[in-house]
Amino acid sequence: MPNAALSVAFAGPLVTVQDAGRPGNMRFGVSASGPMDRLAFDAANAALGNATGQSAIEVSLGGVILQCREGDVTVAITGGDFVVAHGAAETRSWTVLTLRKGERLAVRAGKSGSWAYIAFAGTLEAAEWLGSRATHSTSGFGGGALQTGQSLTVSDATTREDRLGDIERPDFLPTGPIRVVTGPQDQHFAPETVAQFLSSAFKITDAYDRMGMRLNGPRIELDGALSIPSEPIVRGSVQVSGDGVPTVLLADHQTTGGYPKIATVVSSDIGRLAQTRAGDTIQFTSTSSQQAITETRECAKRAADYLTHIAVPRGTLEQRLMRENLIHGCIYD
Amino acid sequence: MQPQFKAIADHALLVTFADEISEAAHAAVIALDHAIATNPPEGMIETVPALVNLLVSFDPILTDHIAVETHIRACLTALNIQKVSGVQRVVQVCYEPPFAPDLEAVSNATGLPREAVINAHLAGDFHVLMYGFAPGYAYLSGVTPEIQVPRKLAPVRDVPAGSVIIAGPQCLVTTLMMPTGWSIIGRSPTPILTNDPDHPFLFDVGDRVAFERIDASTFARLTGEDAHA
Repeated sequence: MPNAALSVAFAGPLVTVQDAGRPGNMRFGVSASGPMDRLAFDAANAALGNATGQSAIEVSLGGVILQCREGDVTVAITGGDFVVAHGAAETRSWTVLTLRKGERLAVRAGKSGSWAYIAFAGTLEAAEWLGSRATHSTSGFGGGALQTGQSLTVSDATTREDRLGDIERPDFLPTGPIRVVTGPQDQHFAPETVAQFLSSAFKITDAYDRMGMRLNGPRIELDGALSIPSEPIVRGSVQVSGDGVPTVLLADHQTTGGYPKIATVVSSDIGRLAQTRAGDTIQFTSTSSQQAITETRECAKRAADYLTHIAVPRGTLEQRLMRENLIHGCIYD
Repeated sequence: MQPQFKAIADHALLVTFADEISEAAHAAVIALDHAIATNPPEGMIETVPALVNLLVSFDPILTDHIAVETHIRACLTALNIQKVSGVQRVVQVCYEPPFAPDLEAVSNATGLPREAVINAHLAGDFHVLMYGFAPGYAYLSGVTPEIQVPRKLAPVRDVPAGSVIIAGPQCLVTTLMMPTGWSIIGRSPTPILTNDPDHPFLFDVGDRVAFERIDASTFARLTGEDAHA
């Protein structure tokens, strides 16, 4: 099958290659990386009928412009509410389109969301590290950050006319406060401080990248120890630095650290937290670890059903016209 | 040593042996890490050993905190905590200029001649405590008391990969160009990121590390990098 050759006409900061990530290496100082919003990433691959976890481009608010130099390839764009400019046509993320030789595709920040994904009907060639092409942004290991002027190859590129058009967006994500399980160092905070953390509004600051997001809100007073023996961190840890400022650690987090953690974000809420932007206000709500597992399982089941649903090809334009004609025929017969 | 268990969100358990750093707590962490590696609970993703605790992360679709804790408690009853005795790894160091920009400052701070600082570093009994900060950043304990110096007041930017740095009782060989507030006393040609898919990192937590002194010409021969170019 042919390859498609693309050039990166522009890439903002933190536009990276991501796949499902490389769990299992935290003991060596390597966080799992992978997409900031896993569901949106999975949806981009599903909408093309790709295997789960195929490499895609994660687009930051900085945006990206790709120019197709050789070949044709169908792409799926998901995540947040980004602006997608394809030649002269402008649409929004959650769409499948075919990029043909000579055409330009721009994905840039839209009304909401911090991360969009571009998946390809084909294999995006990228450097592998420890069995994964996910970019670990602080080291640059893995597929890497896209640079303006660089070339990209999509091998075995295909066009999928039966998959073009809008992708149904997931409608099952909770919209309320971000769920956390308190701890593991909640004992370093007075009960009223934990209560204040759970009842206050926090603003996302612009100190937000793939490592984590710093929050702006009431000062979180530490009760006693300013630091603890350095201990493991997970994606979702909410650590409080000596100045009382909370930071949520995300995909490319440090693997160990000595700041106490007041709470940890439940895994099924990480994606929607990651899609907030600097200036947005969030609140946290506490849940038990058992309840969190129940909710994560429920969410995983709904996500699996949703991905199966959007993975079904919609048929070619001809087939779709035919189907609509038949319905038309039924009504007016 | 009876550890405390703490649930982390919906996907991990933190098993903590002590509030303060001690050799005994770290030995227990490593012993439990080994025991779990031999007999992992259903649905486990990975373990992360640190100074006083071990993180056990798992897939919440497959298991839960109670099942994982029950499994770990069974591992604990059979736990054989011995003094850490991992594999010995050798790391070569060149202490010559321009690789040791802070050797003079350490010499001034400790009142030891440069040669004595180098010999004190070589004499350290180093163990890998944990990884952190960045890929391959292994924190080693064992800097001898006479050359223990505090961190600098402000970090220095763009410290090259391979720098051998010290702060307090800890030593580290950097793997990336990164800022550091630790004192840079040498440069190592020994890759910590090995590029070997079966053994991608030189050390495992609990390993012993011996530093071996090399001169600038050996460094240049090993790396193809001329110190004075």
